[in-house]
Amino acid sequence: MSERTIKSPLPGTFYRRANPQAEPYVSEGDEVAPGDVVGLVEIMKTFHEIQSDAAGRIARFLVENSELVDAGQDIIALAGD
Amino acid sequence: MQKVLVANRGEIALRVIRACRELGLASVGVYSTADQEALHVRRADEAVCIGPPHARESYLNMEAILQAARQSGADAVHPGYGFLAENAAFAAACRDNGLVFVGPRPESIEVMGDKARARQLAASAGAPTIPGTEGKASLEEALDVAAEIGYPVLIKAAAGGGGRGIRAARDETELAEHVAQAAMEADAAFGDASLYLEKLLVDARHVEVQVLGDAHGNLVHLFERECSLQRRRQKLLEESPSTALDAETRAAMTEAALRIARAVNYENAGTIEFLLDGGGAFYFIEMNTRIQVEHPVTELVTGVDLVKEQLRIARGEPLGVRQDELEVDGAAIEVRVNAEDPERSFLPSPGEITALELPGGPGVRVDSAAFAGYHVPPFYDSLVAKLICWGRDREEAIARTRRALAEFVVEGIKTTIPFHLELLADPAVQTGDYHVEFLERRTMAV
Repeated sequence: MSERTIKSPLPGTFYRRANPQAEPYVSEGDEVAPGDVVGLVEIMKTFHEIQSDAAGRIARFLVENSELVDAGQDIIALAGD
Repeated sequence: MQKVLVANRGEIALRVIRACRELGLASVGVYSTADQEALHVRRADEAVCIGPPHARESYLNMEAILQAARQSGADAVHPGYGFLAENAAFAAACRDNGLVFVGPRPESIEVMGDKARARQLAASAGAPTIPGTEGKASLEEALDVAAEIGYPVLIKAAAGGGGRGIRAARDETELAEHVAQAAMEADAAFGDASLYLEKLLVDARHVEVQVLGDAHGNLVHLFERECSLQRRRQKLLEESPSTALDAETRAAMTEAALRIARAVNYENAGTIEFLLDGGGAFYFIEMNTRIQVEHPVTELVTGVDLVKEQLRIARGEPLGVRQDELEVDGAAIEVRVNAEDPERSFLPSPGEITALELPGGPGVRVDSAAFAGYHVPPFYDSLVAKLICWGRDREEAIARTRRALAEFVVEGIKTTIPFHLELLADPAVQTGDYHVEFLERRTMAV
């Protein structure tokens, strides 16, 4: 079984929810398809959605909610089939 | 008043520190751990670290800032723009801690910060307001009023500002949908779900009037700034005078601005924003109770140093200028050089500035806290520099801005410089024939 990652396209602060009251976009064990929103990056007072570029099941999160990420950093590990 | 704490960062912190120095006032800079290398930290007479990078833990942390004031022995606080500048509780906390707040009284900030109350106040002061609900509205009231004034309409958060918390609706269905969403968003963003409704004016221009008031009841206006070139309601280019005002409209608009400011006994620098429609009618939108990003445009055409006036007013001195001494000399244009990639939908572009060459020569002013080797942090707004150019007339101001932009080199990050060069080559901008939707429609057309 191969493992792939979803990367943040931008540097900034990573969030798992659209706003503090919302449910997380995705959780461990969820199946995602290409284009699914899996998180949010806050950068320079603007918010950008992170989309999955592959299909798979979320194995685990590689960064915590509200942690700082770099551009190209791995955010989520996907378990492929 | 001897020592001013500057509760901000970036170019505006530097701008305030410069004004303090010219007036013989000591300055205290504050900074987050992300801003240790920032220029305002070095240029201030002393500096205090107020917390981690995220603004809510540093530049928005009232207690940390008040503590920095106590620790440094500051007796006044200048809030700059953004962050705590329009926070009435912060202004009141400064006052309660024996600190002079360089800005209006907390009561004025509070009234003008509630956009629905501000609208009522402007109307009762005899200033025209955009047709809409009388103050806060429920969904039923919004539907009734929209049916009466006609669609499209704008739904606005009462506690919003800076272009945030606004949605447009073209019909009843959209209005019903958006009211629910807008209330939720307003509650999450501003802690207040109250909404109000306004008619959406098409092809309108955003024109604002600068005012200064002192503690002795003196109040003057410093004419207008034209700010219609906006993207997602964020201004990108501002100029003064506006090409859209004739002498009669200018007189009426500045008089309306003074009436509104007088209605709250306004003290210090403030800006009253209007929408001007194609027929020359104008309507009050809101009042910004702080110094504006684009204030240098007014400084270049009037010769008044607005930030020094703010400090003098806070010291209790009468205004340094009388209305009959003020006039507009020539024309000025400001462009915002932001760390954004205009070729990728203005995607933020933080990072290290590896090389920096600033423009100069006649009529050119650059307000910036950037330097070669500076890391633009991802935590704050994307403004890297303001380029402000003066000319004897608008044509010369445009020529100078284009010349200065061509000299302006920023390497290592993407900036809006190429966008501004293209914008200033646009015939509509060159003739001054543009409105608030101009940039959105232009971007769509590309």
